[in-house]
Amino acid sequence: MSDVGGKELRIIGFLCNWCSYGGADAAGVGRFSQPTDLRIIRMPCTGRVDPLFVLKALVSGADGVLVSGCHPRDCHYSEGNYYARRRLEVLKRLLPMLGIHEDRFHYTWVSASEGARWQQVVTRFTERIHELGPMDSLDPELAVCAIRELGGENGQADQPAPASGE
Amino acid sequence: MRIGVFVCHCGSNIAARVNCAEVAKAALNFPDVVFATDEVYMCSEPGQESIRKAIVEHRLDGVVVASCSPRMHEVTFRRTVERAGLNRYMVEMANIREHVSWIGHDKDSNTRKAIDLVRIAAAKLRRDKPLTFKTFEVVKKVLVVGGGVAGIQAALDCADAGLDVVLVERKSTIGGRMAQLDKTFPTVDCSTCVLGPKMVDAAQHTRISLMAYSEIEDVSGYVGNFTARIKRKASYVDFSKCTGCGLCTEKCPSKKTFDDFNEGVGTTTAINIPFPQAIPKKAVINPATCLKLTKGKCGACAKVCPTGAINFDMREEIVEERVGAVIAATGYDLFDHSKYEEYGGGKLPDVITSIQYERMLSASGPTGGHVKRPSDGKEPKTVVFVSCVGSRDPAKGRPYCSNFCCMYIAKQSILTKDHIPDSQSYVFYIDIRAPQKGYEEFTRRAQEEYGTRYIRGRVSKIYPEGGKLIVRGADTLLGTQVEVQADLVVLAVGVEPTPGAGKLAEKLRISTDQNGFFMESHPKLRPVETNTAGVFLAGACQGPKDIPASVAQGSAAAGKAISLLARERLEADPQVSHVNPKRCVGCMKCVRVCPFKAIKETTGRDGLPKAEVIEAMCQGCGICSVVCPQGAVQLEHFKDDQILAEVEALCRTWVAKSCE
Repeated sequence: MSDVGGKELRIIGFLCNWCSYGGADAAGVGRFSQPTDLRIIRMPCTGRVDPLFVLKALVSGADGVLVSGCHPRDCHYSEGNYYARRRLEVLKRLLPMLGIHEDRFHYTWVSASEGARWQQVVTRFTERIHELGPMDSLDPELAVCAIRELGGENGQADQPAPASGE
Repeated sequence: MRIGVFVCHCGSNIAARVNCAEVAKAALNFPDVVFATDEVYMCSEPGQESIRKAIVEHRLDGVVVASCSPRMHEVTFRRTVERAGLNRYMVEMANIREHVSWIGHDKDSNTRKAIDLVRIAAAKLRRDKPLTFKTFEVVKKVLVVGGGVAGIQAALDCADAGLDVVLVERKSTIGGRMAQLDKTFPTVDCSTCVLGPKMVDAAQHTRISLMAYSEIEDVSGYVGNFTARIKRKASYVDFSKCTGCGLCTEKCPSKKTFDDFNEGVGTTTAINIPFPQAIPKKAVINPATCLKLTKGKCGACAKVCPTGAINFDMREEIVEERVGAVIAATGYDLFDHSKYEEYGGGKLPDVITSIQYERMLSASGPTGGHVKRPSDGKEPKTVVFVSCVGSRDPAKGRPYCSNFCCMYIAKQSILTKDHIPDSQSYVFYIDIRAPQKGYEEFTRRAQEEYGTRYIRGRVSKIYPEGGKLIVRGADTLLGTQVEVQADLVVLAVGVEPTPGAGKLAEKLRISTDQNGFFMESHPKLRPVETNTAGVFLAGACQGPKDIPASVAQGSAAAGKAISLLARERLEADPQVSHVNPKRCVGCMKCVRVCPFKAIKETTGRDGLPKAEVIEAMCQGCGICSVVCPQGAVQLEHFKDDQILAEVEALCRTWVAKSCE
């Protein structure tokens, strides 16, 4: 169960390798305890984060998506986070039009030395998603469609992983 | 593809909070996973050997290691699979230590999360392909930014190893902070006597080109092939003609210029050579106070200069240098004590900083080595030192220890007794931090031999009364209030990054920590490297450091630069972008967004414009991938389908679970 209480929700994080992934590592090294809902996907830079990745996650079953990179002026690639900021800001405004609460998506900057800040970011975002609750529960029939869709798109025959770990 | 999953216990680091066996068992259900196991230490020799064996026995094509952060051990496991005959890029890691076991308390949730992270890694690995690296030539030249003791040491070591060095110094002379010091602890030997020969060596070394009074304009390129544009500031003195005779400084009528080198103790002339041992010993005109440059009349220096070196029309110029590595050694600045209202807010003349006191103690300083109160020029008999002014004080935004103040306070109290034998020194301190060789003995000597009185407690207020300064504070050991009537108060002001540090970090594409110091790649194992390949750190720019530590780090950074440039060619990371010419429509959006100018326009076989990645220049950020309307430019190992596969791997399970 998550530390936030109640059922664990489904949160995906896209983190840049240089700052925020390091910050999340620093939080781990410092044993800054966090809710366990978040699953982190490592990216080279927030400039690599296509807003469509975020959208894909939200329409495919994630309850929240968090993107975090280097502080402005601190990007390992000079300007990747500026591109990210512009794209993600637009995305944030588009979400309500798609019927997704804009608070389900958040982008922020955490440097590799800011372990404590990462703890705060994760804790607050997870709490916020828990306040919003799970994404409007998927209609079981729709869900089956979605599974088929996901499986089909990859062109593989593998079954939805049989509820591993539970 | 045949994938093997290896789950590490990391002793109890992971195993105490994650059910590793269950993670391995669950992984067997993932697509293409044919083998999964858990082991106590994957990075240990037997752990790596078990990976190697499994690769051979189970004919694995790729490996997922679920252990610590890839920032820690990715390189290790790449080597492991390479030894087993796999391509080194056929490894993905699931970070189940820093991101799972160390931050979550509930073993069941942790185990579920670990399984998900392995699931992501396996989904990505299925779409990885073997990559081969190319090599590129390196420029065997090092740029050292900052000519303090750390920078000088780094420059000398690099040059002695046969590398060409460009040593850039912002001020008109090298020597940095150490040149301002009178004596050094714990030996109390003369600072300039130790540093002077090194400065001369640096200036005379055939492989070192010294660029004083210059600053870094910008740095482009990448490890092995940086291009630095260096701004030579307008000194209004032709350095090639100036002999450093000092005649101009005698004749200059503008004598009220702030004396930067002497920290405002006394004033100097508009044309100025900071100190007698300056290297290069060249005069520089301060344009803010020079009468010729501000009002158009005077020019006394030009008349008196025997070599005709003065040039009032001089403009700054940009010099370009190609280098293979950069060492940042920009040192530190000092805390502005006017933020402490209770200590007079910088308005009490007899409350001075430790570096001002240092200049006062120096025989070549503005007072000729005589300790004088700034207010009336009298010799102080009671001197109070206040430690941690702008250190260890979160309220002032300075939570960290400035490292060497305790030691120089002890030194300065000893020197005070030497200069004024009938004086009494008091030190208000929080703790005495004297951990290096000979340091503890030194602070003891200050107390026992030189009679310095140490009072453990903070000073609450300093105010003038009857020509004296009343220093009021607490003695926490006796549990009482104390008041000292002082003639002079010396504040041990804390260390902070230089004002230009943030900008330089941006230019070098390195990070700073929460206090503004440059950030090392790993606090323990990569202390002089940064996360930008080819950029190294030396001295106090990385954090407060005393002279021995700065010198050691200067040598360490030089060692890193030398070992990097000892190779003729470097291996380029093959995780770069590639353009699929069949999909490229020639819009050239990627060319415009690339921060490294690594994508160029070419003509395809069909005669149409196409984008092409210059592999050696691509740094693998992937910004291009996102702007491409066709998905034609893809970053190896971070391709669209790989990232989507990671997202889908998670979402598919979640959707499946919600259907149960």
